[in-house]
Formats: sequence, C-alpha cells, structure tokens
Amino acid sequence: MFALQRFPFTPALELRREMDRLLNTFLPEMFEPTGGAYPALNVWEDGERLVAEAEVPGLTLSDLEILVRGNELTIQGSRKATNGEDAVYHRRERGTGEFVRHLTLPTEIDADKVEATLKDGVLTIVLPKSEQARARRITVKSD
Amino acid sequence: MNHETQSERKLTTTTAEPERTRGGRTYVPAVDILEQGDELLLRADVPGARADDIDIQYERGTLTIAARVAPRGDANRTWVLREYGVGDFVRTFQVGEGIDAQKISAEVRDGVLTLHLPKAESARTRKITVRGG
Repeated sequence: MFALQRFPFTPALELRREMDRLLNTFLPEMFEPTGGAYPALNVWEDGERLVAEAEVPGLTLSDLEILVRGNELTIQGSRKATNGEDAVYHRRERGTGEFVRHLTLPTEIDADKVEATLKDGVLTIVLPKSEQARARRITVKSD
Repeated sequence: MNHETQSERKLTTTTAEPERTRGGRTYVPAVDILEQGDELLLRADVPGARADDIDIQYERGTLTIAARVAPRGDANRTWVLREYGVGDFVRTFQVGEGIDAQKISAEVRDGVLTLHLPKAESARTRKITVRGG
C-alpha cells in the first residue's frame, strides 16, 4: 500500500521542470535503435568482463534461457499475459509472447563462469572474458 | 513478439509531472489498463523500482504514478551497446469519475506495478432480479 501524497505547486519547480524539458529536447542521449527487438540491451565493458543488462519486468529466471558460446550471447524466453483472455482492456501496451535475441560480443567469453541475476525486473548477465581474450598485464620493474 | 519498441516509447518525455524535483531523464512506462469485476486494474512496467521508490497520487480524477529508479553502473563505463536509458518513470492518467479513492491499493513485484482502482458504489453495475408475477 502506498501513501497518497500531494505536492504544492511552486513557480520554482515549474521553471525547473521547463528547463529540464528543454535540455532533454536539445541534448538527447544517443541510443541504438532496436528495430522493435525485445528486450532492449545495454552492454558495457568492466575490466576483464563484459556486463549485459536488459529490462524484463514481470519475468522470473524460469521464463528465461541464456546461452553463451564463444562470443555469442543468446537470450530467449517468453512473457505470458497476466490476465485471462476474457479481460476487457482499455489499454494494452505491455507486450506478450516469445522472444529471442542473439548478440555477437567483441571478445570470447568464459562460458562456465557466466552469472545471471534478476532483480526487480532487471536482468544482469556478467560475462568474464576468456583467458585468451584478456589483455596481458606486463609489470614494468624499475632497477 | 507483439511488443512496441520499448526504447522508443520510453524516450518520450512526459510533460505532466509537477512533482518532479530531481534532474535526469524520465520515461513513460508501458501500461495495461483493464476492467475486472468491480475494479479497474492498472499494470505498469517499472523495472528497477521497488515499493519504497513509488509514489501514487489520485486527485480529482487525475492519477499520477512516479517511480524513482537509481542509476545503475559507472557513468563513465565503456559502452559496447546502448539501446535504452535508465531513469525515473512518470505517467499521468485521467480516470473517469466513479473510483473509490480511499480503497485504491497497489503492489510491486519483479518490476511490475499493479494498481487496484475499485469502482465507487454508484458506478457498479447493479444486477436487478426480475420476478415473475
């Protein structure tokens, strides 16, 4: 249960809101178009591992299958309709059905050490780079 | 997959957010609204938000849901692929008269917010029994 809150209207807040809106209009963040692919993915490099993240609200780990082979990552699963087919919808924007995404990663992955966690509808997959793919660290000794 | 392009829709910045006091981008959550018995049911995708992060306001037929989402990961990380942004979810709805505001309840689970909006007594369909004479 959430508290119903009321916020007073203030000119300062209104100005701040307008400024934010303008900044968001002129300085949009750049995103790769997904062309409707689900789920949208964010992947980044974190030292000797890659991290892939996807927003999959309503899914549990049993709804998902994650496959890693070489430098290929596959995420597949299905999102079930929460309501019966006889439900009367006023609005229906949340997609349902099966999905699959294949991704070629920039390096080979150590598939045995991949770990996936799902929390509050956010899937995080940690992908350690394989031994061969890791940059060798060369220690430079001084005399 | 019957799914609208999530990232595209999320990029639409909402303008109806008078309570916003923080910077950063906001996103419009995808919702289902349906009728079930004596209540309207609203489900909203708010991945990354927990119960404590969600504020719901209902006043004179205007329903606002706002979910704060903390940034995830290092802001200066090296991106390999970037298809969506992370930020707060805000959306406002006009709800027709006939909701019992005192009985609105909500829960959030796995990043999905479910709001129960019970119809007011006057808005419920009455079943009238017809007796034979």
